[in-house]
Amino acid sequence: MGHSIKRKEDARFIQGKGNYVDDIKLPGMLHMDIVRSPYAYAKIKSINAEEALKIPGVIAVVTGKDLEKYNLHWMPTLMSDTQMVLPTDTVMYQAQEVAAVIATDRYAARDGKEAVMVDYEPMKPVIDPFKALDEDAPVLRTDKEGKTDNHIWNWSVGDKEATDKLFDSADVTVKEQMHIPRIHVASIETCGCVADYNKVENHLTMYMTTQAPHAIRTVIALVAGHVGLTEEKVRVISPDIGGGFGGKVPVYPGYVIAIAVSFLVGKPVKWVEDRSENLQADSFARDYHITAEMAATKEGKIQGIRFKLLADHGYTDAAANPSKFPTGLFSICTGSYDYGTAYLEADAVYTNKPPGGVAYRCSFRVTEAVHAIERITDRLALEIGKDPAQLRFENFIKKEDFPWKSPTGWEYDSGDYHAGLQKAMDAIDYEGLRKEQAEKRARGEMMGIGISTFTEIVGAGPSKDFDILGIKMFDSAEIRVHPTGKAIARFGTKSQGQGHETTYAQIIAEELGIPAEHIQIEEGDTDTAPYGLGTYASRSTPTAGAAAAVAARKLRDKARKIAAYLLEVSEEDLEWEPGKFFVKGAPEKAKTIQEIVFAAYTNHPQGMEAGFEATHYYDPPNLTFPSGAYICVVDIDKETCEIKVRRFVAIDDCGNIINPMIVQGQVHGGLTQGIAPAMYEELIYDEDGNILNGTLMDYLVPTAVESPSWETGHTITPSPHHPIGAKGVGESPTVGAPPAIANAIVDALSPYGITHMDIPITPYKVWKVLKEKGVVE
Amino acid sequence: MKKEITVTINGEAHTVEVEPRLLLVHLIREQLSMTGTHIGCDTSSCGACTILVDGKSIKSCTMLAIQADGKSIITVEGLATVEGLHPLQEGFKENHGLHCGFCTPGMMLRAVELLEKNPNPTEEEIRWGISGNLCRCTGYNNIVKAIQYAGAKIRGEELPSTEPEFV
Ligand code: FES
Ligand code: FES
Repeated sequence: MGHSIKRKEDARFIQGKGNYVDDIKLPGMLHMDIVRSPYAYAKIKSINAEEALKIPGVIAVVTGKDLEKYNLHWMPTLMSDTQMVLPTDTVMYQAQEVAAVIATDRYAARDGKEAVMVDYEPMKPVIDPFKALDEDAPVLRTDKEGKTDNHIWNWSVGDKEATDKLFDSADVTVKEQMHIPRIHVASIETCGCVADYNKVENHLTMYMTTQAPHAIRTVIALVAGHVGLTEEKVRVISPDIGGGFGGKVPVYPGYVIAIAVSFLVGKPVKWVEDRSENLQADSFARDYHITAEMAATKEGKIQGIRFKLLADHGYTDAAANPSKFPTGLFSICTGSYDYGTAYLEADAVYTNKPPGGVAYRCSFRVTEAVHAIERITDRLALEIGKDPAQLRFENFIKKEDFPWKSPTGWEYDSGDYHAGLQKAMDAIDYEGLRKEQAEKRARGEMMGIGISTFTEIVGAGPSKDFDILGIKMFDSAEIRVHPTGKAIARFGTKSQGQGHETTYAQIIAEELGIPAEHIQIEEGDTDTAPYGLGTYASRSTPTAGAAAAVAARKLRDKARKIAAYLLEVSEEDLEWEPGKFFVKGAPEKAKTIQEIVFAAYTNHPQGMEAGFEATHYYDPPNLTFPSGAYICVVDIDKETCEIKVRRFVAIDDCGNIINPMIVQGQVHGGLTQGIAPAMYEELIYDEDGNILNGTLMDYLVPTAVESPSWETGHTITPSPHHPIGAKGVGESPTVGAPPAIANAIVDALSPYGITHMDIPITPYKVWKVLKEKGVVE
Repeated sequence: MKKEITVTINGEAHTVEVEPRLLLVHLIREQLSMTGTHIGCDTSSCGACTILVDGKSIKSCTMLAIQADGKSIITVEGLATVEGLHPLQEGFKENHGLHCGFCTPGMMLRAVELLEKNPNPTEEEIRWGISGNLCRCTGYNNIVKAIQYAGAKIRGEELPSTEPEFV
């Protein structure tokens, strides 16, 4: 633990020997391409494949009507809604799958796609979520019997009465309307699969870009069991994954069509979407409209919050959330502050946009929550004229008050918010910056300092509350130590770049004393790995990492028994130090773990089970609550309104650290995915539902130039309930960074009466508000 | 309609028949089965497909295979030599310059040319130099460090520390 050992997985990646889905080539493999709708809402009058089928190499065109014969034209979403695999009569969003072309190679499939003629009858779509509930809005989900409007669900938590009362009587209340816009994870590898159905064996091997292979196997069996694909006949393999960030959790229609086609023709079928399809049709993230209010005393003691949400889910609720949490973990929106009153209410609506609601490197809607609380906290500081750092210090939950019960029902496990913020302020010279800012303001220059002191909630989750489609959100580890003392360990999670092959080996090495380089880690093959719900929501270390530690401890217990037998002493007389058991007071009488393991196969005590293996399914007793204190400094050019992030200091607290190099790397990456939505990224639709920036030419993923040189550090407050005191970190920075940046920009503009700006905050938006205020031409 | 071309990839000559419209990246990945060169977009934006063509870094999704006739290509598979890893491969590994590894081959090949033209680049020059290559995982800090490390190694200078500044 705590060692920056270099990553084991890198050897293959730096030499071009990674094995991603598109690298897979099977004999006789066919290629699939997908015809997509140019309209956001239209009736399909006809689909004519005649010309397409004439193209050499094109062997079939599959439509919804074809799938309907096998009852495979609809599929369930993770939120128990339904989604079309292919439409039989209506398209509900632009870029929706309309038909699939199967061909002997990629180029022929693309030619076929161009040649399929579809006759549409466009209809007036519902795009603005605020108009989705209007009396005259067309009801979109006519497939749902009895549905009379576009409302999906209403959800609330907290004490409404007490909160309303507080807001009626509080000294100070502040309110802002915020939009956390629709964005896209845009992992550099897009989504794809090779579906390989073997007719003779009635067996499907599905190579797939998935973050959750086991859950996918179960879903396939549930959807296709009726045509013979029962769960033992399905093997899902998630090979190397080129980034996930939540976008590779859902089941997309392309996967299902590929399976259906492979099943029908008995040949492997490859489908790999291109980037534009990925941006235009795969699950979006965010898209929450939030009315955030905060109540406080005039001295600045926060007393409560009241948040109202409108969630635009697109055409179906395909959000990737635990079943009981339609707004994910948004109820962490009470933040890092000590008060007892909160009420949160959410409504979700259907619109003619692609479905989704995935994470974008975030634990189930925590980013939206953190943005709202950190922005409204700054708004309060501005209102009462208090320094935002001071306001936070005065309101933080104190270190000694953990575990702390939040007014929305969570029990925060541990934290030291004061230490984190102090460390960040010292690192960036906060006082010096405020002085510099005062001087610059006097000269009319625009400089801003923004703080975000966030609390995350990760590691879903305890089985009493957390499941996906009924499957509890535990995770698993299985360790096998071979006779010569080298091990293989398998997990229910799936790395997409997080470095599991290294960190899991480090956890087991720490617990068993076997060197990490002799521990092989495997994930992603449902035939060999124990069942688990996969990697997302920063859950791998909190769940599977914990399972690894517990399984290793089971093995240590067995090792103690064997050592006692070999040394002819009682178990109580033995002491453990990493790598060996020795007799108390006689350290020369010892057995190394290698000797013990060898004995487990060659000379184990009578009556004991031979071998040296253990499995553990870890059901976490609570979630973990990482935190961080981020400070951002921006300079805004008055002429061009260009925003320059001059410095960004991030202090993270993710509990005990397994590998500092990897944790820091995760923080860097998360920060760049924090500046991205804060300043650059948004999926924009016009009123007809056309996406206006559905390619990488106009959807602005930050390059090394836009991404600042991040300054990072940490504090350590171990999780009291996690076996090794770790909390998870991959997403904290994506969650914490956007409000720090937005707060810095609003701080720079606040002398001109600006109290809020919606992200992404672009030079154009800055220019627009400054022009409205008469500050610039 | 197919045309015969000869391309030398990582020192080995390949004579192949290709359709005129075949992209170079597809020739390399599919026809010649060297899958270390990746595809991340359809608009020449991401750089995952970057290779060296006669020493120049090129996005291989932007070039037709027939345009590579007679040319000499280096892909990620050809970076290491019998002596061991290329300094950039070592730099990326030692400095945690990759997470998922999908952008890494393209990043490294872009950096080969960058360091050849400018053996001792500043941080800013590196950032601009790799701005045609997207990485969604790493936040770029450690990619910059990896390229600085490789630069030092190529120049024969003392290697910078690879310890994370994470205190
Ligand atoms: S694949 Fe993106 S630039 Fe070539
Ligand atoms: S390491 Fe994943 S895209 Fe760069």
